[in-house]
Amino acid sequence: MSANTAVADKYRNNFLKEIEEQVEMGDWVKMCMQCGVCSGSCPTNFQSAWEHPPQELFMMIRAGKREEVLTSSSMWNCTSCYNCIVRCPRKIPITHIMHGIAEYAHRIGLAPKMQATRFFSGLFWKNCTQTGRVNELKLSMGLYFKDGFASGIREGMKMKDIAIGMVLAKRLNPFELFGGHKCKDQKGIQAMLKKAYEIEHARKAAKMAG
Amino acid sequence: MTDIVATNETILVVGGGISGMTAALEAAETGKNVVLVEKNPALGGRTSQLYRYFPKLCHPTCGLEINQRRLKNNPRIRVLTLAEVTGLEGATGNYNATIKIRPRYVNENCTGCGDCERAVETEVPDPFNYNMGMHKAAYLPNSMAYPQRYVLDPAIIGTADADKAKAACKYGAIDLDMKEETIQVKAGAVIWATGWQPYDAAKIQPYGYGRFKNVITSVEFERLADIHGPTGGKILRPSDGKEAKNIAFIQCAGSRDENHLRHCSRICCMASLKQTHYVREKYPEDGKSTIYYIDIRAIDRFEDFYQKVQADPSVSFIKSKVAKVTEDEHGNPVCHGVDTEGYKRYTTPHDLVVLAVGMEPSVKGINIPGHIVADSSGFIEADPANGAVFGAGCATNALDVNRAVQSATAAALRAIQVVNKVAKAEA
Repeated sequence: MSANTAVADKYRNNFLKEIEEQVEMGDWVKMCMQCGVCSGSCPTNFQSAWEHPPQELFMMIRAGKREEVLTSSSMWNCTSCYNCIVRCPRKIPITHIMHGIAEYAHRIGLAPKMQATRFFSGLFWKNCTQTGRVNELKLSMGLYFKDGFASGIREGMKMKDIAIGMVLAKRLNPFELFGGHKCKDQKGIQAMLKKAYEIEHARKAAKMAG
Repeated sequence: MTDIVATNETILVVGGGISGMTAALEAAETGKNVVLVEKNPALGGRTSQLYRYFPKLCHPTCGLEINQRRLKNNPRIRVLTLAEVTGLEGATGNYNATIKIRPRYVNENCTGCGDCERAVETEVPDPFNYNMGMHKAAYLPNSMAYPQRYVLDPAIIGTADADKAKAACKYGAIDLDMKEETIQVKAGAVIWATGWQPYDAAKIQPYGYGRFKNVITSVEFERLADIHGPTGGKILRPSDGKEAKNIAFIQCAGSRDENHLRHCSRICCMASLKQTHYVREKYPEDGKSTIYYIDIRAIDRFEDFYQKVQADPSVSFIKSKVAKVTEDEHGNPVCHGVDTEGYKRYTTPHDLVVLAVGMEPSVKGINIPGHIVADSSGFIEADPANGAVFGAGCATNALDVNRAVQSATAAALRAIQVVNKVAKAEA
């Protein structure tokens, strides 16, 4: 049984409860009074980028629209500007909930695979945890080649003048492509992250089971 | 010196708005002696500053006039204006209040003829019109002020203008030597009816009150519509005096908001619904009202009032809390937000934006000796720990006139029981 079917079975017909228990700060969802000030304050124009603005997502959660919410790309578009949190008349931590829902959808394998924010998050994590340093060249190249080799070359060429400028200004080192710089105690960092992952994983697994 | 006969069988009423007046009258009409303390130069409070009140849309002059007649005919009520309670000591049946009385510079000889007003040249902002207009420094607080006596603004005392006013008075009513005085008043019970104040709209930063001239509050809109207001009853916008025909009403401006006022102020929905009537009254051809709301709470039994406004083609309702207000190059305020019915973004210019501001209890922040139990919004609670200090009207909750009067009558009954016990007339 996959993680998704296990939780879906557990919270049969009670999606709000599922969100409250599994999502970080999810217990705030019921506090929303649908005033719409979060959507109105959002600097990303959600009509093109966001399928469902925050207060609509909250209403969908309460209406039990599990599939639509968890497979949606909406919450992945949050830029963490915190405008909604500042203005929310109920002081709901909307930004945190958006990230919480996104993380949960990812955890149970429902998040859209090639959604750009999700793809970038994975890439960034892998990139920086390997050596303890962010390798900017590999990171940006990884993102360019997200949709295949041809489009990667095409997108990359659009930026070639900027890239050359950065190389000349010593802001970009082409040799980073081969290994790249590392932090002093690479093994130490990796051991630390491994331990953190174990704790986090155990906590979430207990939540999913409990 | 102000002489007051007060004993521990006297009821002290603090605040002379509709609640305080009602409580004082109800108590006095059962034979109790009452001292009514009002901080402004005239009674009537916020009610007198309304153009009309809901649901019947009559003018407040009507209801206030009845109360003023009752006051005039009742020798048991002593009215103190320009007076504030600065201290309150004692316990049930035996209170001692310290009252500070500011000078009016006009004595009882005043007939209200207005000669001093014509003689004086200095103009000062008119607080009755929320400082939207100016009035002479010798003024009648409002057209139906009770007491009907002029006031001199302290700003002109010691200037030639004050002497001009004195010279103009045929009745010897102007007394420039009046001084502030502090008196002690005994009381058996106290009714605290200090009412409410409009929430400071400038604190709601995204709405631009104070930055944009054409964003005003609902209480200011009342004054614009009133014939005695700064525009003579024309709805004109403050920036350029242009007729404001396309008006947006933003509900819950400060209310139901953890960042501002936690409580629902109750009256604002009905107030805005009422104010759409003003727009239609002034501009029957092309007046247009837009109400931005979270949900309409037509309190009490006023759902039919709401339905009538809904049926009006000149009024539209948009279910949305406005996210922010900006100003375009013509000085029009522009509302930005999302219509939650369909989740559509809007950017809509209007001639004028009216913020339906919430009610903040006037008792908030006023330090009254003798701990008064209040709720998280600062409204007085009915708590035994308050002894014989009883809240009335908007000092206890966000109420409309109707409910404030009910609350005041209830407070009067409680106070009467206390002084009856003091007088041993009741066990």
